Amino acid sequence: MGKKLRKTKVEIPCQDGDIRRANFLEVALGYSADMAREEAERCIQCKDKPCVAGCPVEIEIPAFIELMKAGKFGEAAAKIKEKNALPAICGRVCPQEDQCEAVCTLAKKFDPVGIGRLERFAADWEAAQELASGKSAPLPAKAPATGRRVACVGAGPASLTVAGDLVLLGHEVTVFEALHEPGGVLVYGIPEFRLPKAIVKREVDYLKRLGVEFRTSVVIGKSFTIDELLGELGYDAVFIATGAGLPHFMKIPGINLAGVYSANEYLTRSNLMKAYDFPRSATPIVRGKKVAVVGGGNTAMDAVRTARRLGAEEARLVYRRSEAEMPARKEEIHHAHEEGVIFMTLTNPTKILGDERGRVKAMECVKQELGAPDASGRRSPVAVAGSEFTFDVDLVVMAVGQGANPMIRSTTPDLECNKWGNIVADPVTMATSKKGVYAGGDIVSGGATVILAMGAGRKAARAIHQYLGGLPAKGTPAKETATA
Amino acid sequence: MMSAPSNRIVARTVLGPDVVQLEIESPAIARKRRPGQFIILRIDEPGERIPLTIADSDAEKGTITLIVQGVGRSTKQLNDLPVGSRLLDLVGPLGKATHLLEKGTVACVGGGIGTAVIYPIVKGLSAHETKVISIIGARNKGLLILEEQIRKLSDEFYVTTDDGSHGRKGFVSDQLLDCIKAAEAAGSKLDEVIAIGPVPMMRAVCNVTKPFGIRTIVSLNSIMVDGTGMCGGCRASVGGEMKFVCVDGPEFDGHAVDFDELTRRLATYREDEQRALAEFLQSHAAPIAEEAHRG
Repeated sequence: MGKKLRKTKVEIPCQDGDIRRANFLEVALGYSADMAREEAERCIQCKDKPCVAGCPVEIEIPAFIELMKAGKFGEAAAKIKEKNALPAICGRVCPQEDQCEAVCTLAKKFDPVGIGRLERFAADWEAAQELASGKSAPLPAKAPATGRRVACVGAGPASLTVAGDLVLLGHEVTVFEALHEPGGVLVYGIPEFRLPKAIVKREVDYLKRLGVEFRTSVVIGKSFTIDELLGELGYDAVFIATGAGLPHFMKIPGINLAGVYSANEYLTRSNLMKAYDFPRSATPIVRGKKVAVVGGGNTAMDAVRTARRLGAEEARLVYRRSEAEMPARKEEIHHAHEEGVIFMTLTNPTKILGDERGRVKAMECVKQELGAPDASGRRSPVAVAGSEFTFDVDLVVMAVGQGANPMIRSTTPDLECNKWGNIVADPVTMATSKKGVYAGGDIVSGGATVILAMGAGRKAARAIHQYLGGLPAKGTPAKETATA
Repeated sequence: MMSAPSNRIVARTVLGPDVVQLEIESPAIARKRRPGQFIILRIDEPGERIPLTIADSDAEKGTITLIVQGVGRSTKQLNDLPVGSRLLDLVGPLGKATHLLEKGTVACVGGGIGTAVIYPIVKGLSAHETKVISIIGARNKGLLILEEQIRKLSDEFYVTTDDGSHGRKGFVSDQLLDCIKAAEAAGSKLDEVIAIGPVPMMRAVCNVTKPFGIRTIVSLNSIMVDGTGMCGGCRASVGGEMKFVCVDGPEFDGHAVDFDELTRRLATYREDEQRALAEFLQSHAAPIAEEAHRG
């Protein structure tokens, strides 16, 4: 080739900040084929492949990029799908800067290769081909049926990974979902402008075509217990990935005023329930003009940027540490700035004030300064005495983390949980204290990212496959007892 | 393999103005539910998730019974559905079941549509040795529901109407006070009161029972989205602690509930609800006019 190596990533075209803050369309528009090839050229195909080790699901990154260089985008997509059933999602929401791209050899001197952008392009290219031709990409080969049945609880990223892996290995997989749509946080949490719902639907449809059964509106722990899944419903193994599922609220006066939401509720109303389209859609949402979102993670960014799109003139992010300590992805923070979000860092709410009807009207905060590092290594914020101040708000969203939902724990007494209520699982096999039961994602880790949940799913799938292979051969009478 | 549930409406009875009883095919929920539990349903896309307490079930037939008061757009739409319609989504049973005392004396107090929620509890208690005193009330005779069903299952039975058009003129809480005093005069007492209805009625009942130190259970009808503890929209203050109605409830110690806060939170979407209802009524003006008779 002899071409000189480009030092920076090929820019990904985005909607302009002023335009996109008034719509829910995707922010990043994606590469063109030329851009993708140009970016793929930057990969030097180094021997060590640190990127593969940096990927929680071990995608053969140099291999798929090599195919893209040659313009073989379909083959590149197929190469990714050998390891990752959800490339269009991961290409968008993975924190590549902390994973594959963080360890990229190029990153020592230049920008790393834009692995996430390339993954996204390959997946989107395949989708566009399918749409244009009306034909689906060929399905990977499935192993012969084993007759073993696996139940995945919760249809978020961890379960989708387990389902995709195990169905290819010949097992029968059912994914149970409490809400009316599969996808978990991908559909109720992450907004359309970051992850279009059509993409989640496409990935779920792909799993359905592989033979995965989805059962929505079934709450395991209520509709059926884990013991019933393993007993009368005839499943040989269960994977629990229900997500964190219990929002934290600050213990401050006014937290129960009308107009104070958890980020979960705010995002669920807007995303899953389509409240932005009220009254055509039947679910309402408080449309704040002056909004304060408390927190500094990706969920807080999603909430504050949603508020902007729902018409907030002032959308504030209230965070007790400084911007450098924010756990959100840099890209999301950057996007929030571009969209005119007001960052109130080193600020902590002390009180929410209401009007005579019990609706939010103002918030009192206290300034913070950073003290000594805490257990997480981040400098812990300390209130500055006498620095309290108040500002007007008509909507407050709490994005301050989540606890463990008790529903499965309380109906599965022999499932070991830690003191926070998270399920205890072996870090390698994701096996729980209960035979045949595995767990992964936020219900184990307490709150992480989509890709880490998928990584846990990958490990669990491997262990479940082994467990099922190790089970004594199945007798002829199929376990087809319950009709529910 | 489990087959997908049909969620089909197999029977529909008009109980009063804007009050309809629906029997819905849902074998798994019918088998599992216990008194006090609820379901969440969606009628269609892009419908909202509507929480409703299960009034009754028939495990043999595989059906559950809901009694719905058409107060907003979605409940009116639900009440208009003909037999044979299928609900898009139906999930449950959710929430904790009522703790049913197996002996002693329990007063079950139902106000308005809350009577539909008290009914399964009366039914559950009547299966035990417990003495059941039932008191049901409504604004007027036409709005009373389940009178005969509850009367049959109760050891003592009273009806009140605000306007005196049926039973005693006054509130259920007035009748309850008399029952408490009568029990005292006879040297006995009520072991528990379960009160379900509009917030002012539940609050009035709690005010009546508090001086007598009678344990009083109320069922809260907070606004919910998912019903699994995920969103926290249904949170209520009970004894100064934050509780999620969907997973910690829906029943709580009425003497510890912050009813003022509940009332304010219930009003969060009042303007939105009125707007949606007005648009619905405009586009459905004709089919709604009928059905003002008792079924």
